Amino acid sequence: MRKSASFLVAGSALLGAVEAARANDFAAVERGRYLTQAGNCQGCHTPAGEEPFAGSRPLETPFGVIYTPNITFDTETGLGRWTKDDFWRAMHEGKAKDGSQLYPAFPYPHFTKMPREDVDAIYAYLATLEPVRKKRPENELPFPLNWRFTVKGWNMTFFEPGVFRPDPEKSQAWNRGAYLVEGPGHCSGCHTEKNLLGADKKGRHLAGGRLENWSAPDIRAGRHGGLEKWSEEEIVEFLRTGRNAHSAAFSIMSEVISYSTQHMAEADLKAIATYLKDLTGEERAAPRKPADAVMTAGAAIYLDNCTACHVSDGSGVPRFFPPLAGSGKVNNPDPTTVIRVLLEGARAVPTKTHPSPLTMPAFGWKLDDDEIAAVATYVRSSWGNSGGAVEADEVRKLRGLLAEGPP
Amino acid sequence: MADQPALPDPTRTFFTAAERACVRAISARLIPSDDTGPGAEEADVVTFIDRQLAGFYGRGERWYTKGPFSEGTEQQGYQFESPPAGLYRKALAALDAHCRRTHEGKAFDELGAEVQDGILTAMEEGELEFEGVAATAFFELVLDNTIEGFFSDPIYGGNRDMVGWRLVGFPGARYDYRDYLDHDGKRLDIPPVGLAGRPEWKTP
Amino acid sequence: MAKKLPPVDVVLVGFGWTGAIMAQELTEAGLQVLALERGGWRDTPTHFPTTVAPDELRFYWRHEMFQDTARETLTFRNNDSQTALPMRRWGSFLPGSGVGGSGVHWNGQTFRFLPSDFVAASHNTDRYGPLPEGMTVQDYGVTYDELETHFDRFEKLCGIGGKAGNLRGALQAGGNPFEGRRSDDYPNPPMEMTFAQKQFGMAARELGLNPFPAPSANMSRPYTNPLGVQLAPCTYCGFCEKYGCGNYSKAIPQTTILPVLMGKHNFTLKTHNEVLEITRDSSGRRATGVTHVDVHGEVFEQPAEIVILCAYPLQNARLMMLSGIGRTYDPRSGEGLVGKNYCYQVVSSVDVFYEDRYTNQFVGAGALGMVIDEYNGDNFDHAGLGFIGGGYLACWTTNARPIETHRTPEGTPEWGAGWKKAVKENFLKSTGVSTHGASMAYAQNRLDLDPTYTDVYGRPLLRMTYDFTPNDRAMTAYLTERATEIAKRMGGREIKVNAREGAYDSMPYQTTHNTGGTIMGSTPANSVVNRYLQSWDVPNLFVMGAGVFPQNAGYNPTGTVAALTYWAAEAIKSRYLPDPGPMVRA
Repeated sequence: MRKSASFLVAGSALLGAVEAARANDFAAVERGRYLTQAGNCQGCHTPAGEEPFAGSRPLETPFGVIYTPNITFDTETGLGRWTKDDFWRAMHEGKAKDGSQLYPAFPYPHFTKMPREDVDAIYAYLATLEPVRKKRPENELPFPLNWRFTVKGWNMTFFEPGVFRPDPEKSQAWNRGAYLVEGPGHCSGCHTEKNLLGADKKGRHLAGGRLENWSAPDIRAGRHGGLEKWSEEEIVEFLRTGRNAHSAAFSIMSEVISYSTQHMAEADLKAIATYLKDLTGEERAAPRKPADAVMTAGAAIYLDNCTACHVSDGSGVPRFFPPLAGSGKVNNPDPTTVIRVLLEGARAVPTKTHPSPLTMPAFGWKLDDDEIAAVATYVRSSWGNSGGAVEADEVRKLRGLLAEGPP
Repeated sequence: MADQPALPDPTRTFFTAAERACVRAISARLIPSDDTGPGAEEADVVTFIDRQLAGFYGRGERWYTKGPFSEGTEQQGYQFESPPAGLYRKALAALDAHCRRTHEGKAFDELGAEVQDGILTAMEEGELEFEGVAATAFFELVLDNTIEGFFSDPIYGGNRDMVGWRLVGFPGARYDYRDYLDHDGKRLDIPPVGLAGRPEWKTP
Repeated sequence: MAKKLPPVDVVLVGFGWTGAIMAQELTEAGLQVLALERGGWRDTPTHFPTTVAPDELRFYWRHEMFQDTARETLTFRNNDSQTALPMRRWGSFLPGSGVGGSGVHWNGQTFRFLPSDFVAASHNTDRYGPLPEGMTVQDYGVTYDELETHFDRFEKLCGIGGKAGNLRGALQAGGNPFEGRRSDDYPNPPMEMTFAQKQFGMAARELGLNPFPAPSANMSRPYTNPLGVQLAPCTYCGFCEKYGCGNYSKAIPQTTILPVLMGKHNFTLKTHNEVLEITRDSSGRRATGVTHVDVHGEVFEQPAEIVILCAYPLQNARLMMLSGIGRTYDPRSGEGLVGKNYCYQVVSSVDVFYEDRYTNQFVGAGALGMVIDEYNGDNFDHAGLGFIGGGYLACWTTNARPIETHRTPEGTPEWGAGWKKAVKENFLKSTGVSTHGASMAYAQNRLDLDPTYTDVYGRPLLRMTYDFTPNDRAMTAYLTERATEIAKRMGGREIKVNAREGAYDSMPYQTTHNTGGTIMGSTPANSVVNRYLQSWDVPNLFVMGAGVFPQNAGYNPTGTVAALTYWAAEAIKSRYLPDPGPMVRA
């Protein structure tokens, strides 16, 4: 009995290898490489400075820490024994090789939109990578979420498997953009607010989200959207170079640009821009006017600390130092990112076109909670901005969360 | 005071009380408080010097300190075996001895301003000789350190409330004057700011 | 026993401007390049962000940016009758340490030497007859025209702001009419001038002179260089020289080359590794690499096909001496070349004090200035003057850092109520005309190894024997008179002349322009390196930096140092690599 069992295991491993070899034709591998980049698989499946795609990066979710798996084709710790069908089931249905549920931190609710040939191409590409033997740590999820079958219930409520269906009313570019954004790009993973159970909130699609103590901005670029002022060309420029006249990418978006969008075809970036320009937002009520005393203090702090880069009128130096006037990040109703950047500083992503890692220094050591709140309030309420006031208590809370550090 | 933690006195790190009083009095003559404005006293220059001498500067940690030592020429710079802190200690003792011997047992800080100025001038001009330590070199060091303490960022303990910067009109630790480039010879009134801020950063 | 490391194509000793340029050029040619830097890593956001950069005490007076004299300094004497004593702390000059070297804390004044500067010996001899006794000035062995495209490359790398004076042979109004022919204008416009520069310009024009804006490595606008690296606009904060720029506004290796270089697979940088010796094979004619020591005291042997010295000039000379390459110069016999022709820069100034106009010097930048070049090089007739060479005159507004810069009128006491009152009254209302003069080589001024004092590893310190020369004294007196003429016309209440007189003093800061010691020239009999900066004795050893200047010109050296580096890199790529060996036959 034992003999035949081990034969079976070996047999399925062999089958995986054969399938990988068969899939290993150049066109499919290239297509898979491209889609792997478009999906930024490397981002989540690689901890900083470690072997690409070998997993073990901790993802902070509201429910606990999930470690990403090794997606190189190592037979012990990676996908070495997975067949194309296994891989398709994971991508399309969110099920592991053994049939157990994968946690939706893995964005299968997005990847389900990808057609079989795209998923097979990714499989073919991953099979060409040097296998890395690397076992991931146990996830740190509290009961009952550590029971993978709990996810079943989640799936019944929130998950609808199904390949992307183009909207015949829309242009080809729009449909390509929608596919990339909603499918492999899984933009709403960060940019859509989640409900208590971690699923996208209804009606808040791409209207901004919050994760790992960052607020991801509203990326709808139509009327009243967070990127309303961005032209299609500017959206393309941002995704291709990490900078545009309005902004510079840092933190998690740096990874997306660094690993993914800077390598994408111009036509695909244009398609993404076309789609985002068609997403409209909703009018926002004007925030309460901040107290004069806070604005006066904020102005003094801004003048003394911020103008060298952002200029006294908030206009910045486009493509070098982001303008604050009219900035989507600054005007985000959720001030988390503004506070965090003030506390920790931020580094603009170095890209092929802009290799300089221009960096804002940290002010957390220099300004206290009241001062951070005052300057954040000033910046969010000047030069036509309407982000609203920031309270010292919000700064204090975020400092506390950041002090706990990453998992 | 059993409930007080046993921390060192933050106002005294290197100097003894007598040394502190003496350096305070010297600095107050080098940059006096008068009708042009506050001086070394208000700037708390002595605290600056005290902290400097207690740290790497006083210990000469970034200076070449290997021997042999010899006097050298004026153009060869500082050639004493003692780093700054040691020079202060020796010279202050010698100055104290000199003052007490020549002024009826009084310490430097107990003398009148004119008498103090006379002693400082004698040190500056090499008319006063101390046992085993160069009075002129000490004078130059105290003068350098006093100016540093009057004009350096307040985080180092001197230039308290930025009085040194306010006196001369230096706007401090700023990093952008583009809005003032076309000043065309007119006075600019820009409040000074230190690395740790200015009072206007506080919301009342 | 030193641990032997895998060989590399090129090892660079030191990683400042010349190291960064060389690394960028040679990695582009496909070579495996290793840079060894004895200081630490430095970058803008970590080491000098705006939040801490404007700190006069820390960065200047407590020497945050400079070589650590506790580990190694040099000894100094004015002449052979004295015993050299260690410079226990820096004074007159401030060599840098760490990635970027002195290139991090420079002001950014970026000139091209004049065409006549490169042929100082033959040009002056032709015009004025034989050089005076004891003057050891010689030609560089390379001409301005040969370096022109390399100057241009450096200006474009750095985003230099300026106004061309001679564009492809056509004189341009508002530029320097004396400059060599340029193939292209500066990549950026000049900086915005302030009140003091306008007064200087007006006075100079009244005297029939041609003031022009100083070429500046402080950005006059946002600039992306040919490598794609970005430099932000200068904010005129007045913290350039002796400081790192927190705002990416000053061209330094970190803001021009490193973002591209550091990512290359064929480039490696090792910091905190000090080179101890250039090793050679048994013939002594071929460098086999270097030995270096890390912070734990472990010694390594690094084999390399090519060794390039990119450290500060004083270090390059010392390393040659410690490695026994070439003979150390001896003025008594006149033999030996390493250490010969040590030169400096002869500077003076004239202060101008205004009654009711404010110069507001805190609104300043390292290379914010107006310049006149009528008295530089051989731009004027020296007949009967008793000196050759000259310098430029400028009105800079670099800073109002108050410990360093508080001008007081003539007759002000050094301390007390009178000093305080004068400082208060003049702090915002003064400026100056500075003279920046050449330094001609003389037989007695030199570098060698000190017989007494040693570094942290027990190796001899470098010894500097230097004083101003008769040529220097006559020249600076002349330049100071010319500066006085301008200063008097700048509309001030009074002036104060700060002439350069007496013996050279190693303590008050003058300038970090130490040159010579590894000089270039036309034959092995007169130079350490040939016109391609290649060692005559060891053809796979190259020496960069201002140490190769046979004598110093009136301008600041960085532009010429960089152009020579590009020139040498080009020669290595196009001539040496296809046919390794001496590029100039002796």
